[in-house]
Amino acid sequence: MTVPALEIERLSVTFEDFVALKEVSLTVAPGESFGLVGESGSGKSTLLRAVAGLSPVSGGTIQVNGKTLDGRRSKEFYRQVQMVFQDPYGSLHPRQTVDRLLLEPLAIHGFADTERRIVRALEEVGLGSGFRFRYSHQLSGGQRQRVAIARALILEPSILLLDEPTSALDASVQAEVLNLLEEVRAARNLTFIMVSHDLAVVTHMCDRLMVMQHGREVELLASADLVSRNVSQDYTRNLLVASEGFQRSA
Amino acid sequence: MSALLEVEDLRVSFPTRTGVIEAVRGVSFTLGRERLGIVGESGSGKSQTGRAVMGLTAEHGQISAKKLQFSGIDLINIRKAERRALRGNRIAMILQDPKYSLNPVMTIGRQIVETLKTHERIGRAAARKRALDMLAAVQIRDPERVFDLYPHEVSGGMGQRAMIAMMLVAGPELLIADEPTSALDVTVQLEVLGILNRLVADRGMGLIFISHDLRLVSSFCDRVLVMYAGRIVEELAAGQLAQAKHPYTQGLLNCMPRIDNDRHPLPVLDRRPEWAL
Repeated sequence: MTVPALEIERLSVTFEDFVALKEVSLTVAPGESFGLVGESGSGKSTLLRAVAGLSPVSGGTIQVNGKTLDGRRSKEFYRQVQMVFQDPYGSLHPRQTVDRLLLEPLAIHGFADTERRIVRALEEVGLGSGFRFRYSHQLSGGQRQRVAIARALILEPSILLLDEPTSALDASVQAEVLNLLEEVRAARNLTFIMVSHDLAVVTHMCDRLMVMQHGREVELLASADLVSRNVSQDYTRNLLVASEGFQRSA
Repeated sequence: MSALLEVEDLRVSFPTRTGVIEAVRGVSFTLGRERLGIVGESGSGKSQTGRAVMGLTAEHGQISAKKLQFSGIDLINIRKAERRALRGNRIAMILQDPKYSLNPVMTIGRQIVETLKTHERIGRAAARKRALDMLAAVQIRDPERVFDLYPHEVSGGMGQRAMIAMMLVAGPELLIADEPTSALDVTVQLEVLGILNRLVADRGMGLIFISHDLRLVSSFCDRVLVMYAGRIVEELAAGQLAQAKHPYTQGLLNCMPRIDNDRHPLPVLDRRPEWAL
């Protein structure tokens, strides 16, 4: 059997007395696209941040490519696992040019031929070299998110952690960014772990998904189950109804 | 039926160092006691249209219109004091995010009472009673408790209901809701919309519902205006979304991922320069 890209067992995260994540387990195969769905406070982002080493883990284990993570993440870990955040306005340094933003991870990890890599990364996300020396405030939200994706991809990671990558974007721009993410996943055989509050987005992007509420797993589903409405929990059913929009008579 | 709001050739522009930005370029519509949706993406001018009606355009913005009338009152040449008397009283506005649009250092109850006292001569006990009734009307279960809470002590959905309470307590005739539920979770979103729906119907208000979400708006409103680059490109009856003719409207509808419609890649909008003419 192949080694899973990500294996989480009974993972818990607590902030002082507050239990943000309670004994959640999941396994993601290499090249799979896995979704985490839930509302605010469901623990979906906390789970993602725990993998990235940004949330305090209080119990359970996380394995990435067969290696157990504990405490501080190694440099090699961050080359393998990269993250794209929700808010493209907050996740790019306001006083660095795109060139500088993309150079930083390369410099940290001691990559050679930075010039070629930066040019290629920008091309890959559909931004020409004309964007290379701009500041983030000169870019639209969609363009910023493309830069954030380029920055994550430039280290050639195998796993991408996506925390609501399109929920701050207009619908038409969301479609473009989702298409881009699918393209790069196919081209590089990436593993995606994607957090979203939007069932339709997750169904579109992921093979399997976990519905979460109050820091726990509600149910584990294949996207096809959502399409055929083959769900067993009331909470998931409520989410499905809610995603269909407002009903006057309701 | 006389129109509640008449807008003809409304223009809003902002002078900047690099030239004048025309945010709204000749928008016209009339509103009766109905629900009108205004839909568009960032920068389409939908929020600036709402703000111009409310009189909240930024100081340096320039507004012009052949006609901008609220139940016969000219809103272009109105004096500031008259404007203040209208705002919050006969025209009210619900904003997107209760985290930023409620006063963080005032309890929810005091903020609602403040609206009442600004517009009516009303005693303390009577104002408190009205505020509590209003909180109950937006389905807050324990109004007495919530009355004394600060905005940071309540959830997003509760905060948004408190804002609706605050805006409706003076009994406005026209309500402008600018992305009233976009910051909320989907299930909470439906609850809040349900409350808004009932209150607007019961009180016979006119509603302008501004949102980026075409589907949501068309499920909530009677009529939808689609805006692009400061202009109205299409007007639709809410039930006739499928018959949208403008390629921008069709594009907006198609580019959303849907649970029971698997399309890879998603169709994207091919923005035509002539749409912005």
